[in-house]
Amino acid sequence: MSGSRVDCFHCGERIPAGAIQYARLGRRQEPVCCSGCRAVAELIAGAGLEAFYVHRRGPSERPGADGAGRDDWSAYARDAVQDAVSRALPDGRRSIVLVIDGVRCAACAWLIERVLRRKPGIEDASVNAATARARVLWDPQRIGLDDLLRSIHAIGYRPHPVTSVDGQQAADAERANALKRLAVAGLGMMQVMMFAVALYAGEFDGMDATIRDYLRIISMLVATPVLFYAGATFFRGAYRSLRARTIGMDVPVSFALSLAYAASVANVLRGTGEVYFDSVTMFVFFLTLGRFVEMLARQRTAAVTDALARLAPVTAHRLQSGDVLDVPVTDLQIGDRVLVRSGEVVPADGVVREGEGRLDESLLTGESLAAVRRHGDKVIAGSINLSSPIRIEVTALGSATVLAGVLGLLERAQTTKPRLALAADRAASWLLARALLGAAIVAAIWLVLDPARAFDITLAVLVVTCPCALSLATPAAMAAATGKLARAGVLVTQPDAIERLARADRIVFDKTGTLTRGLVRIGECRTYGDVSAAECLAVAAALERSSEHPIARAFSSAPGLAAEDVVIQPGRGIEGTIASRRYRIGSAAFAGAFSVHEGATAPASRVFLASGKSLLASYEIGDTLRAEAPDVVRSLQLLGLRPTIVSGDSSAAVAQVATACGITDYVARSLPQDKLQRVVDFEASGEIVAAVGDGVNDAPVLKRAHVSIAMGSGSALAQASADLLLVGESLWPLERAVRTARRTVAVVRQNLIWAAAYNLTALPLAACGFVPPWLAAIGMSASSVLVVANALRLAPRTAASRPCAGTRGTAIAAAIP
Amino acid sequence: MSIIFVLIPLSLVLVIFAGWAFFWAVTSGQFDDLDSPAWDVLGEDVVEHRATDGASDD
Repeated sequence: MSGSRVDCFHCGERIPAGAIQYARLGRRQEPVCCSGCRAVAELIAGAGLEAFYVHRRGPSERPGADGAGRDDWSAYARDAVQDAVSRALPDGRRSIVLVIDGVRCAACAWLIERVLRRKPGIEDASVNAATARARVLWDPQRIGLDDLLRSIHAIGYRPHPVTSVDGQQAADAERANALKRLAVAGLGMMQVMMFAVALYAGEFDGMDATIRDYLRIISMLVATPVLFYAGATFFRGAYRSLRARTIGMDVPVSFALSLAYAASVANVLRGTGEVYFDSVTMFVFFLTLGRFVEMLARQRTAAVTDALARLAPVTAHRLQSGDVLDVPVTDLQIGDRVLVRSGEVVPADGVVREGEGRLDESLLTGESLAAVRRHGDKVIAGSINLSSPIRIEVTALGSATVLAGVLGLLERAQTTKPRLALAADRAASWLLARALLGAAIVAAIWLVLDPARAFDITLAVLVVTCPCALSLATPAAMAAATGKLARAGVLVTQPDAIERLARADRIVFDKTGTLTRGLVRIGECRTYGDVSAAECLAVAAALERSSEHPIARAFSSAPGLAAEDVVIQPGRGIEGTIASRRYRIGSAAFAGAFSVHEGATAPASRVFLASGKSLLASYEIGDTLRAEAPDVVRSLQLLGLRPTIVSGDSSAAVAQVATACGITDYVARSLPQDKLQRVVDFEASGEIVAAVGDGVNDAPVLKRAHVSIAMGSGSALAQASADLLLVGESLWPLERAVRTARRTVAVVRQNLIWAAAYNLTALPLAACGFVPPWLAAIGMSASSVLVVANALRLAPRTAASRPCAGTRGTAIAAAIP
Repeated sequence: MSIIFVLIPLSLVLVIFAGWAFFWAVTSGQFDDLDSPAWDVLGEDVVEHRATDGASDD
């Protein structure tokens, strides 16, 4: 074995000695690790697109590394399937939206676009690198959908047709409309402000009455579309909430807007008094801007849901009287028998009727080890069959599946309104009611005292008490904080959580996948025979290389030989021949390691390597601590949070992690209900608990804790139960999130105090007739601007550069702008 | 000062034009993807560059 280290030209993985191949790229030869990488590299170079390798930001994904390297595209040639995933245009062409796994930077997008556009029959292809989405327009007479998808797959990416095109189109339309409203409000505001400056100047220096009236009429003309086009959403929202007999934020906003507008129009027609078109347009603009930022944040989190939605396949192999028929999943019925081949995704919830398979349910449950499912066991849609084919009977479809339930949870979490904002809404409507009452009293008093001034003074009271600043105070700060956190790598699925995170004083970690990486790693190695540890490792790596099991991934970093005649026994181990010797690696029983006494070590955490009857070595399979974990924990302690580890792992493993992180309070071997009890105990003693978790067994804890944070690489269920989502592999965003949350709450408090103080002091002054309406209008605008400006202090000053996303987090990370 | 009776409507016409242009840009998808098009140009350039390189070699 030579000691020189060669990395694969395409995927960057280390090439095991003996497995090296060479790809011919024009006149050059580059080393590659497998035939998959070779095919892809030669194809790309052959198409003259070698520039991809110069411009890409990192190594590509190993083709077939996702355990789904087989050709399963032929199902897409069927008309029924094509209709289910793509749209026919009137002229006979078809268009499809694809989400493409493995797109990591703009060079990937460029490569896919070029390859697609060169295919005869493909009329247009555009790939968005940020969202990993592709839109393809093709002529079905000249190229089939199966060939189209196959050509993307051939260059090492994996396309998924997006079935929820409706949702995507709705989101696109929503964004387009919001942009248009923002533009109308912004342009209108600038024009009206310009005229307002002239009018204010005229107020002091004197202005010809004709010109004054002219400017006022022009202001009215400009303000009208701003209010009725850009501001229409507020009126619709107010109407909806009034019909539901609640007072939302839109009610006081619409009231203030329509009042100020109506009074201004009345004054324009009367030719006397003040106009407030500048306030109206500015108010509409800032509110629209706030809503726009809020919408962007919401759509970004929706991309996470998308990543889950594409777990479900579009086609299924239905068994009909002995035949296998490819049908769209939408055509399946409960009770159908479906064949799930090796490497394929289970299309619906069901029960295994034939065969035995290892199913990777990690994206749903976060469990890194594949589960063995035998006859009568339940399988869930979205899990991947890693071993031999199984036949299942469908028990739940579409919206009834577990996967759909998780998606529903996530969507619901995204639409809930933060409690802080609700409180401000309530305060605003309370204030509005008092203001109306006060204005009525003031009007009555002034009608008696001085009827000539009554209208102006009443108007001033109404304008001055308009709870605009109060209504803007929270949403503006929330929007700014959400945007900042998203850039820092934290998605806020529950805006309410920001407030609770700021007050948290206890942080509970689940060990696996939070403080540790959740990736299996080879730990302690014991040898039993006369073969050296290095040789054993090489043999083990060679055997494991042919498996997609998570444990096998741990061995992939070790230098390897090449194994032949490999047999994978699901749930037990792997057998293969290396240098004409037969080896087995796997569980103690499989490797024949009964004779070896292993003491207290849990057998599940050790794998055994044997040749014939002689046991050669055993490996402890462990987990690695995240490099930044101790520092993050220390910073959190400095912020006043008391860390605790509550884990289901063995005491020794937990103690090791706790010591490394400087955490004195830890509990090992706890069941999900123990974890829950622990959180309840903390809460009973008056602590605000933040829980960080990633597994399915953390879901109850995450739901129960005051504020919950899930790792983006964790299970979907954990993510659905969590308020905040850490994207990417680092823990640092957690510390950032706590800091930002605290600043946000401080800003909200400042805003609320300022807005309330302004309204309360201005009211008596206006009621006594000291505030002319124009001053009231300036006061109202100025207080709103101040509140928004204060909130913007939270927003990021410079755009942080986005790192190239990792394998699994691609779709989630793509959600960050 | 009577010139403003002409200039202000003129400015409004310009604003309406600007609004129309923005609406057109939004509906025709100019804001859909703000990242990739910038790279598109770069990639194309490199390909042509390499192509001419190859030609001069041969």
